[in-house]
Order: sequence, then C-alpha cells, then structure tokens
Amino acid sequence: MSLDSKVPNGPLADKWTSHKMDSKLINPANKRKFKIIVVGSGLAGGSAAATLSELGYNVDCFCYQDSPRRAHSIAAQGGINAAKNYQNDGDSVHRLFYDTIKGGDFRSREGNVHRLAEVSTEIIDQCVAQGVPFAREYGGLLDNRSFGGAQVKRTFYARGQTGQQLLIGCYQALEKEIAKGGVTMHSRTEMLDLVVVDGQAKGIVVRNLVTGEISSHAADAVILATGGYGNVFYLSTNAMGCNVMASFRAHKRGAFMANPCYTQIHPTCIPVSGDYQSKLTLMSESLRNDGRIWVPNSKEDAAAIREGKKKASDISEDDRDYYLERKYPSFGNLCPRDIASRAAKECCDEGRGVAPTGLGVFLDFKDAIARDGEDAIRARYGNLFQMYEKISGENPYAQPMQIYPAVHYTMGGLWVDYNLMSNLPGLHVLGEANFSDHGANRLGASALMQGLADGYFVIPSTIAVYLANQKPGAVTTNHAEFKKVENEVKDRLKSLMEIKGSKSVDSFHRELGLLIWDKCGMARDREGLQEALRRIPEIRNEFWTNVRIPGSASGLNAELEKAGRVADFIDFAEVLCHDALNREESCGGHFRSEHQFTESDTEVQDGTTQTGEAKRHDDQFQYVAAWEHVEPGTPPILHKEELIFEDVKPSIRSYK
Amino acid sequence: MPLLNLTLKVWRQENANSEGRIETYEAKEIPTSASFLEMIDIVNERLIKDGQEPIHFDHDCREGICGMCSMTINGIPHSKERGITTCQLHMRKFSDGETIWIEPFRANAFPVVKDLVIDRSAFDRVIGAGGYISVRTGSAPDAHAIPIPKKDADAAFDAAACIGCGACVAACKNASAMLFVSAKASHLNHLPQGQVEKDQRVLGMVRQMDEEGFGNCTNQFECEAVCPKEISADHIAKLNRDYLVASARDATS
Repeated sequence: MSLDSKVPNGPLADKWTSHKMDSKLINPANKRKFKIIVVGSGLAGGSAAATLSELGYNVDCFCYQDSPRRAHSIAAQGGINAAKNYQNDGDSVHRLFYDTIKGGDFRSREGNVHRLAEVSTEIIDQCVAQGVPFAREYGGLLDNRSFGGAQVKRTFYARGQTGQQLLIGCYQALEKEIAKGGVTMHSRTEMLDLVVVDGQAKGIVVRNLVTGEISSHAADAVILATGGYGNVFYLSTNAMGCNVMASFRAHKRGAFMANPCYTQIHPTCIPVSGDYQSKLTLMSESLRNDGRIWVPNSKEDAAAIREGKKKASDISEDDRDYYLERKYPSFGNLCPRDIASRAAKECCDEGRGVAPTGLGVFLDFKDAIARDGEDAIRARYGNLFQMYEKISGENPYAQPMQIYPAVHYTMGGLWVDYNLMSNLPGLHVLGEANFSDHGANRLGASALMQGLADGYFVIPSTIAVYLANQKPGAVTTNHAEFKKVENEVKDRLKSLMEIKGSKSVDSFHRELGLLIWDKCGMARDREGLQEALRRIPEIRNEFWTNVRIPGSASGLNAELEKAGRVADFIDFAEVLCHDALNREESCGGHFRSEHQFTESDTEVQDGTTQTGEAKRHDDQFQYVAAWEHVEPGTPPILHKEELIFEDVKPSIRSYK
Repeated sequence: MPLLNLTLKVWRQENANSEGRIETYEAKEIPTSASFLEMIDIVNERLIKDGQEPIHFDHDCREGICGMCSMTINGIPHSKERGITTCQLHMRKFSDGETIWIEPFRANAFPVVKDLVIDRSAFDRVIGAGGYISVRTGSAPDAHAIPIPKKDADAAFDAAACIGCGACVAACKNASAMLFVSAKASHLNHLPQGQVEKDQRVLGMVRQMDEEGFGNCTNQFECEAVCPKEISADHIAKLNRDYLVASARDATS
C-alpha cells in the first residue's frame, strides 16, 4: 500500500492556510447530525472533544480514569513552547519549526512540524483566555524560560505544574460542553476494540470498568487520543494506567504503527531504588536551566560516594566532570534529551555513576544557590525540590540531586496523514498516540504544544475533510460487525479469566519491561534485538497459560484490566523490536550501537561531530517505517513513507 | 535496607450495594524506601498468589498530581503527613510492628464503588455548573492583551493547584465541599478573564454542590489541614463574599 501523507503543495509557510481554504466544510446545521467518538481525555482528546462540541458536533468521550481531569497530561511539569517571541530574542515560527525538525534528528514531516509551530501562538492565547495561570512578570506580562535544544526563551510555564494547569483549562471547557449536552462523557470506561465497517472506522467496543458490561458505540468518525506506549518498559514516568491497548487494537484492525522504535528516555528522573518499584518520577527538564550535571572524574571517587564514604561536597571542583558542559559547550546542560541521557549512561557504564546502584549522576544547584540565593531557587523549583525530598528522603538544597534517565515519552505511534487520519479511513489519531511531529526525538515542552495543537486547532478543521464525504449516522450498532467484535471481546476476556495460572499480571509486565529496557532501551544492537524477539513469544506463551486473574469479569477487576493491557504490550513489543532491528542507523531516541561516529570518520576528524554520536544513514533510512499487522509471532509488513525535505537540509545534529 | 512488618486493617466492600467490613492483613518485609501504594502492591501480589482478591484502590500518576489516590490512613485522608497525596507517602514514615487502618474517603456524595475506590463524579458536575471561563476555541485575543498583576496571577495559581482528590470532603465532619468549590471559584474570580461570568459561576457551583449532597461548612478547617496542595481556607471566605454579592445582584436584577 502506498502511503500518501497528503501534505499540501505550495510554500511551507502557506500550506496550512491554503489547506484550510481548500478543504470542504460541514455547514453548521449539518454538524449536529454527525457523531464523533473521542477516546482519551488528556490534552489532545479533551481539547478535541470540547472544541468539536463547540462547533456543533455530537461527541462521545471515553476515559479509563474516574474523571477526565486525571489523564496523564496532568503530570507534565516544565512548560509549553510557543513562537510568540515575547522575549524579543529572535524567535519566530520558522525558528521553532527548525529547532523541532533538528531536535527530531530530521525524521519528521516538514509540513506537520511547520503547522505545529504556526498554531503554537494561538494555543497560548486560548489558554490564557480560559484562565490558565501561567507565570507572569511583575509588569503583568507572561514569563518564559528556556528548554533543551533551543537558544531562545519560548517556554511558557505555570510553576512546575504546566500540564496540570493546561489540562484543567481543557477539562473545564469539556465539562462546560458536557453540561450543555454536546459531549456525553463515559468515565471508567475502556476501549477494548475498534469496529471497522467496509474498511472504515465506525465505532468502538468498550468495557464499563465498574460493572464489567461490554457495549458498542457507533459514530461517523473515531478519534484516538490515548497517549503513548512507554509502559511497555514497565518502569517509566507514565501513569500506572497508561497503555497501548486502544492503539494496538486499531493496529490489529488494520491501522499502521509508525516508527515505534523512537522512544524517549528522559535524562532527569529519580533513580530506581528497588525491585518493588512501580514507577519512576521525572524531575523537570527546566531544572537544567540552573542545575549542573556532573560525575566525579575518577571511578574511585564515584565508588566512595556509592558506598557512603564520601559526599558530593567532598569532591573538589577539579575532580568533577561536568560532562555536558565539557562535550557540548554552547548548549551545555540544555542539550536535547536523547543526548543528555546517553551521556549519563556512558558515565555510569564507565563506572562513574554515583547512586547506590551505580546508575545515577548528580544534578547540582550549589552554584545557582550561591549566585541567586536559596529563595530564588525555591521560587523557581520549590515544588520539584519538595517532590524530590519526599521520594528520596534527601534535601536537595543541601546536597545535589541524584538523577538517571528513564522512559518518558514515545515519539512513534499510529501512522497519520496531514489530516491526522490513519490509513484506516475514519480513524483519526492525536497527540502522543500518533507519530507525526517529533521525528526521532521530542524537544522539551513540545508534547503539550502538540497535544493542544492537534485537539484545539488541527482536528476541528481536518475532520471535515473526511466527514464531508460521509452520510451521517449511516452505520449504527445494529450492524452485524458490532455484534461480531463484541463477541470477540467477550471471548478474549473469558479466555483471560479461564487461565487461572500461578503468576500475577504484574510479574509478566515486569519481566517484559526488563527485557525491553535491556535490549531495546537507551542503546540497541542487532544481537540484543534478535534475542528480545526470541524471548517475547516465550513470555506470551507463558502469559496465556499461566497468568492468574482473581475475581470475575462482571465488576471492577483491576487485575483483569491490567491483563488485557499487558497482553497487548507483549504483542506490541514485537513490533517495537522489529522496527528497531530494521532501522540500521542511529537517530534521536533510537541509538544502534553499530551506528555511531568513530575516530575513522571524516566528520570526527574535521570536528563536525565527535566519537560516540548518533550516525544517521539518510540515503537508506530517510523514511517513516509504518508497520502492518499480520498476526502475533509473524513479523509485521513494512510500508515506507519517504520524508521529503524542501525547506531544511538534513545535517549532522550538532549542539557543540 | 531496613524492612518493616506491619498489620493492615483494610476496608473491603464488594460493590456499592454490599456491606463493607474491616479485614486484617499482614504486610511483611516492606522496604522503608517503598511508597505506601507500593506497600499495598506487595500485599496484593501475595494475596493474588494465595488465591484471594487483591485490595482495590484508585491510583494512576503516583506522583501526587492526578488526584486519583484516595485513602484515609489511620483516620486522616492522605495520612497525617502534611501536603502530600497517598501516593507520595513513603514507608520510612512508619515503624516496625505498627498497625495501619486504611479506609476509603467517606462522604455521602462519594459512594464507595469497591474496597477503597469511590465515585467522585459529583466534583465533575460541580465544575460543569460554572467552574470555567467560556471561550470558544480560536476566539481568544492575544495573550498579552490583558496584563495581569503578578499578585493576582499568583493568588489564582494558589487556588488552581487543587487536584480534585476530595480529601477536603473526607476530612470534614459535614462532608462539605467548600474548599474544593471555593478553590475553583477563587482561581477564576481572581483573573480579569473570569469577571464576566463571576456571579453565575458562584451561584451555579454552590447550587450544584448542594444538590450533590455535600454538607455545610462550619469553619473547622480540617479541609485545609489535609489538602495535599495546602490550599488555604481563606478561599472559602472569598467564595462566601462573592456568593453574597452575586445573590444580591441576582435578587435585584
């Protein structure tokens, strides 16, 4: 199948405007005849549901949490980018576009990224009007900070709770529409399958998590805004409930999964402390504005710190290696996440890690506190410092934080075209669940931007392109396909309940996560990926014969919910590893050990880059890898969308 | 790492219609660096191994921001530690041999769904009754069109920090939702953008709060004491003022 990105022709800066002009519209009187399903109520889903309802569409919105306000967008700390240039420091739509394309290591679509940069400014206007309390200066105007991969200050923030404030703004708009009757909200309801009628997505089958009831919902279009798949690694900064089920169900029904190997490992998280650990906690990237990252120069000092014989303050300045400042003098501690994460791993692999497990580096505020005073640092990061102290039991004002990279965000996701529609007509995918805007690595403060861009500004316009050719209400739940899918869903739940094995769902999830982290984590190689692909079917077999799910399917059953999600993570992990194996290059969050710069490369000799940096192969891999499902255990089929660069020239990413 | 052996007294309830009861469980060899919810995970893992149903509880982000976790620990919502949610509580705060009582957040307006899981949808309906600023997407003026004095923005933020967990209701002997409602009203009423709908907001939210069956506020400030975001009860005073003004204007218009 050929993949048509449907990016409009014409100059880059005019594409979005002319596309909106050229697209069909649905007249206001007809909008109310269309029903749209939105799965997920985070920034992308919540903003889409509210906005589509404001436009007059009938919306059914689903979330697994008890309230739409709890979606995991809420946990984003640092901020949201926008090309407002309020700082007069040279920012522009084009610069935000360029930084995002470069940050993504030239593996994203120019047209999508430029549109993202264009609508970024409207997002800030919208959120301020809703009452989002962004940080302000004494003059009453909005404040900005800088984030990784940028040399301008374009990040808007609300203390360390930007995601929460943006989500609450969007949740309030959603509740307003619910109260008006435009949106019907289904909380504690999980999508268990997608219903495809005559090749088009026309509904979903869901489980009411409280009663266990299975029901069908038909619509004229389906939108998935169900987040990323970071929990395939078991430990991540994602919420416990985050899962790939909705996306993977759609994938099994024909939607292509694109670039799953692009996973983001965030450099600043609290290190793992024990095997009972259920999740990892992020320390916002904004801390890198003032914190300096270092490890001791010598392995001996590092060992002494691990054993508690020395403290950070015992290590003199000369014996410290501020390795990011050393290797990347112009971006320093604010280099992009993939680079900062890999650098931390290298130091720890050399035996210079400082946490008790050996997997940790220092994030030190000593100099910032000496320069600006403890009060200023508290005003900037107070809640983050408090969070660190609660978890670690240590005071970060007195001694440096210990941090280590952890899985945080996934750039890959369901393939979508410029209209955010997947290859399955009618199925639209927004936010982290799609693949389109961040390429191989996402810059900090760009996830919130993308979620809200997709939900508030892109889909409300592009969904009409699909709906204009649809007869509203043409398919109802009376269609035989709904009954068929419902039965398949019920059979699957029944088989899960009937296994009655001896191991808990979590133990399988943990086993899978460790394997994927080990073989498909911060660095990957052919041998490891092949081993993972041998092991995954073993885990799957054991899961389907030996998992134990207590209780029944006819009521609230957390183990059953988890089992369905873990079963899909197992199958999804195969697609992930196939993609990582296929991509014989390193780019952004995908680092293949076989593909890195060495002394013998001319780019290293002439100083363009340095040894150990990611080596792309544009001649072979400048494409989106979109995978078609066959069946678990059989390799998926690769489809390619060539990436065409008309405006930027892909180059070796340098942050020196 | 030091390990703790604890006795748990946990509220178990099959569903909304069944009778609940306290069950006793041993929590053995719990690492002090584990979080409270990880301690329950460990206990649940053993219950599953022993063929029993695990303890159901709400949780999601496990970093104190989603507002999902909701346990009353030794009689106090989110425990006696100040300024945290249940998921941010760590076992280093307990000592070996302790008995811990764990119950759901209790209020008529928050019926129990199962074990420690409750239904807080009443909060969503209160927000839908006025806890927003109506602004159609795309119709907003430039973000700098209205400068907001920093102190107003900061005050709005302090109120906006609410995570909607419901601890305030669970701590109140009247199960009043005044801290929750006043925090949202205060957040929006502090901002210039929120002035247009101010009266209908406070009247609508208070009306809905009463309809949901929350009790009255008698100024005991238990709510403020347990709030994981340490939201001040001063917002309640502001809501009362705003409500009085709105009622008077409503009556004379």
